[in-house]
Amino acid sequence: MQTMNGNGTLPPAIEVRGVSKSFRPEGERRGMQKRALDQVDLLMRAGELVAVVGLNGSGKSTLLRVLATLTTPDEGTVRVFGHDAVRESGRVRRLINRVSVEASFFKEMSAWENLSYAARLYGRRGADVRDTVLTVLRRLGLARDALSRPMKQLSRGQQQKVAIARSVLTTPNLLLLDEPTTGLDPRSKREVQAFIAELHSGGGVTVLLSTHDLVEAEALCGRIVVIDRGRIAADASPAELRGSGNGHAVPTLEDAFLRMTGRSFEQEAEEAGEAAGEGGGE
Amino acid sequence: MTVSALRLEATAFIGFFERQKNLYRRYWLWEVIWLLYSVVTVLSVGYLASGLSSIGALHRGEGLAEAQVYLLVGALLWQYLSLVFFETAFAIVWERWEGTIEYTFMAPVRRVTHLLGCACFALAYGLIRAAIILAAMLAAFHLDLDRADFGGAALVLGASTFPVLGLGILTSILPLLYPEKGEQMAFAVQGVLLLVSGVYYPLSVLPVWLQGLGVISPLTYVLQGIRTALLEHGSAGQLLPVAGLLTGMGAVLIPAGLVLFTLAERRAKRLGLLKRTG
Repeated sequence: MQTMNGNGTLPPAIEVRGVSKSFRPEGERRGMQKRALDQVDLLMRAGELVAVVGLNGSGKSTLLRVLATLTTPDEGTVRVFGHDAVRESGRVRRLINRVSVEASFFKEMSAWENLSYAARLYGRRGADVRDTVLTVLRRLGLARDALSRPMKQLSRGQQQKVAIARSVLTTPNLLLLDEPTTGLDPRSKREVQAFIAELHSGGGVTVLLSTHDLVEAEALCGRIVVIDRGRIAADASPAELRGSGNGHAVPTLEDAFLRMTGRSFEQEAEEAGEAAGEGGGE
Repeated sequence: MTVSALRLEATAFIGFFERQKNLYRRYWLWEVIWLLYSVVTVLSVGYLASGLSSIGALHRGEGLAEAQVYLLVGALLWQYLSLVFFETAFAIVWERWEGTIEYTFMAPVRRVTHLLGCACFALAYGLIRAAIILAAMLAAFHLDLDRADFGGAALVLGASTFPVLGLGILTSILPLLYPEKGEQMAFAVQGVLLLVSGVYYPLSVLPVWLQGLGVISPLTYVLQGIRTALLEHGSAGQLLPVAGLLTGMGAVLIPAGLVLFTLAERRAKRLGLLKRTG
């Protein structure tokens, strides 16, 4: 359902202009608002693979939710392949799919029952659904017998692979991946990363990948968007990010991130650890 | 709507129906326990009627058979109607329990397809369940159904589908807007319906202000209509006005429920309520 512009060209896959979004944090009184996105602009061409990196609570997931039509922006416009994500949300939903950090399945139902249900919601059914599922799961290194087991019996890595199969099953033009490798064992992580790369290069799917993992972002994506406190802090290639600033190149993206935002992932991990020790946590 | 769009919605409708079937199959032990609980509840109500005679509440047992049928019909219908209402209203609660709500709301499916797909499964399952409870009821009690007109009862039961679905859709808004408390609110609505709809007693025994609520509850007319059919030989022809009234209530409640649900969905997306699991 991608439609051409008046001049015969494909519209951008993602066109975000001046988008802001605030929420009232749970437990806070009325009037208290947290700004999750602050005047965000983002343009992505069809076929690109772009990473959005940022600390917890920086606005990555909110940005992906806005694109997935699950949250409406307070201000600004969001267009997906030329369709307005608020006014034409039905059209947008036909073009996208999303993998979230939690696999989100009916846990008592088998993997196949969950996938068959998801396929039906996108108008797909029959033998070719099963063929697609088996091909994707084989590619992701998941044994065939996992399909008949209840989701609750699968490991986190296996569940995430089924989640990726679910998203691919609907043949999206735009795939929104929200920390798809968080919490996976190293092998599963590599398999998922390889599949994302293959999907992008072979399938021509536009991919927006939200991740904590700067190494993953650099390995998979030619373009990285850094988001901090709801604002876009940088949008460049990994090499440009390392070399940006005062003209002094830094060795890693972590260093570049620290220089741009004044905060580091290491520091965040320590803070999260302290918060957990106090009975808090995110 | 084009033919291909209709085909997509029909495929999704089957998807929701099938999903509910799979969920119930997977949670079969829970369902067996709930069914047992329902059977025990209905039988208890039947024995309550017998007890009324034993404790002298009925003069020399007069009217026992009528009282028993009256109460048992109410108990059985309540089991059926409350299940259909509950399952329709809990279409969103299921999603919140399982954490799948964002995926369902992200799918390119009309909300009417989503809610009616879940509701139609509830109707089918409710009928099977009611048939099992009815069999247990008939085995336990010698019910005098000589004057029953089953055609009339079936007509009213069929017409009851529409307003019950409408009420269920309206109530499903609560878990959508109140992730933490919506489920309990839906239970409260169910409780009020039980109180005011004359399930176990005529509306006339209620205080006037509660009778007012009973008058606007569609369940009141379902129960009255089916009791008329089973106890007073009310034929389908005689019960046509009741069926018409119920259909009319459904014609208001279902569209109203869908419109309000759409508005509630917009609000939930504006406030970011879809991501919370409750």
